[in-house]
Amino acid sequence: MSTQTKSTVAVIDYGMGNLHSVAKALEHVADENTEIVVSSDPAVIDAADRVLLPGVGAIRDCIAEMKAQGLIPVIQKAMAEKPFLAICVGIQSLMAHSEENGGVDCLNHFEGNALFFGNNHKDVDGTKLKVPHMGWNQVKQTMKHPLWEGIEDGARFYFVHSYYIVASNKEEVAGTCNYGHDFCVALARDNVFAVQFHPEKSHKDGLQLYKNFIHWDGKP
Amino acid sequence: MGLAKRIIPCLDVDNGRVVKGVQFVDIRDAGDPVEVAKRYNEQGADEITFLDITASSDDRETTVHMVEAIAAEVFIPLTVGGGIRTCEDIRRMLNAGADKVSINTAAIFNPDFVREAAERFGSQCIVVAIDAKKVSGEGEPDRWEIFTHGGRKPTGIDAVEWAVKMVDLGAGEILLTSMDRDGMKNGFDLGVTRAISEAVHVPVIASGGVGNLQHLVDGVTEGKADAVLAASIFHFGEYSIQEAKETMQAAGIEMRL
Repeated sequence: MSTQTKSTVAVIDYGMGNLHSVAKALEHVADENTEIVVSSDPAVIDAADRVLLPGVGAIRDCIAEMKAQGLIPVIQKAMAEKPFLAICVGIQSLMAHSEENGGVDCLNHFEGNALFFGNNHKDVDGTKLKVPHMGWNQVKQTMKHPLWEGIEDGARFYFVHSYYIVASNKEEVAGTCNYGHDFCVALARDNVFAVQFHPEKSHKDGLQLYKNFIHWDGKP
Repeated sequence: MGLAKRIIPCLDVDNGRVVKGVQFVDIRDAGDPVEVAKRYNEQGADEITFLDITASSDDRETTVHMVEAIAAEVFIPLTVGGGIRTCEDIRRMLNAGADKVSINTAAIFNPDFVREAAERFGSQCIVVAIDAKKVSGEGEPDRWEIFTHGGRKPTGIDAVEWAVKMVDLGAGEILLTSMDRDGMKNGFDLGVTRAISEAVHVPVIASGGVGNLQHLVDGVTEGKADAVLAASIFHFGEYSIQEAKETMQAAGIEMRL
């Protein structure tokens, strides 16, 4: 029998989007000592060893739900003290502000904003680019980080988003992508890592990132 | 470096089996949906579309379980369509593990359903499926109309105008099937594909008529599609997803290999 104690990853359920696929992907890479819990209970989230903030949908509802369910203090506490991973709308919710829904103030963990690609987005050569940015794009790793372990620089991840991050502190940018222009798709500071793409939908490389997160000690 | 074009194998599911027919008749069995989805996932498919073609209420429960089983093992995007008529239908499919749902007939009878669905679940998970057929005669300007009931019933609705309207209402993607090509293996209707792709700002998936790998290339280069969907060329082992991707890349198309 293993003497190792169970470690818990809490997936924050704030009533938005598809938590099923995030939880399934984590379970797929978890070993017998890791338990995945999907919860909206602040006490459960607070007791977890690692916290994942998923995100699908619009930012206004996302922030409103976090507030309505009293989750903001526990999210902020988790970001101050344990390995924390935010995904898609999750990363946008950590910025200061988003242009979506006529403008929404967010949690301001990272300095910078989420801006709209626009419905007339173009590539450098003038060709029209579809919005949302939907599909598999290459991620350039702009810093060495434990969550990139075992993932090739330039690997493709699955994206679905119409708003993109502009980070004020370039030294916090962990990854970039190009769609008409270069933009930030991963941010890292201390024990917090956040990505714009969906690891749970990004096949082997996405599963590797989740595996890295499950074993991450929160040190950059 | 940039966004890759996508290859989407499509599973038409009837009574718990993957099937493929020619213009909805002469149905052939192509296997167990979970096994087929796993095979495509391993071969490098960029996404999987699951269409419940019986879509009777009895089969709905079976479909939910099948989507759950696929989502537990396949970590790429999954779109589910067939008989999606209410927000409750959408919620159940998303909870079962679908990432997007495809709305077809219900959008025609109640366009506002698309708006309601997009507002509630976000445009990113609302795909509107359009079944179009060319109705213009020889020498006339090209015109395509929406058809229902597997391509048998005309609606009088112009396909390009309809696509624009669906995107205005909140559709995040268009799944365009050329009904006169479906199962015929003579290539996509590139005219309607290009017309719709250039008229909307969201991604367009071309479907209907793929018989060889050059057809996939043409869908992107000439039809301007963002993704190509095919069924029988993959189901019956004529080509693998990997071969399709290599052919498209060799033609200068950015792919995820």
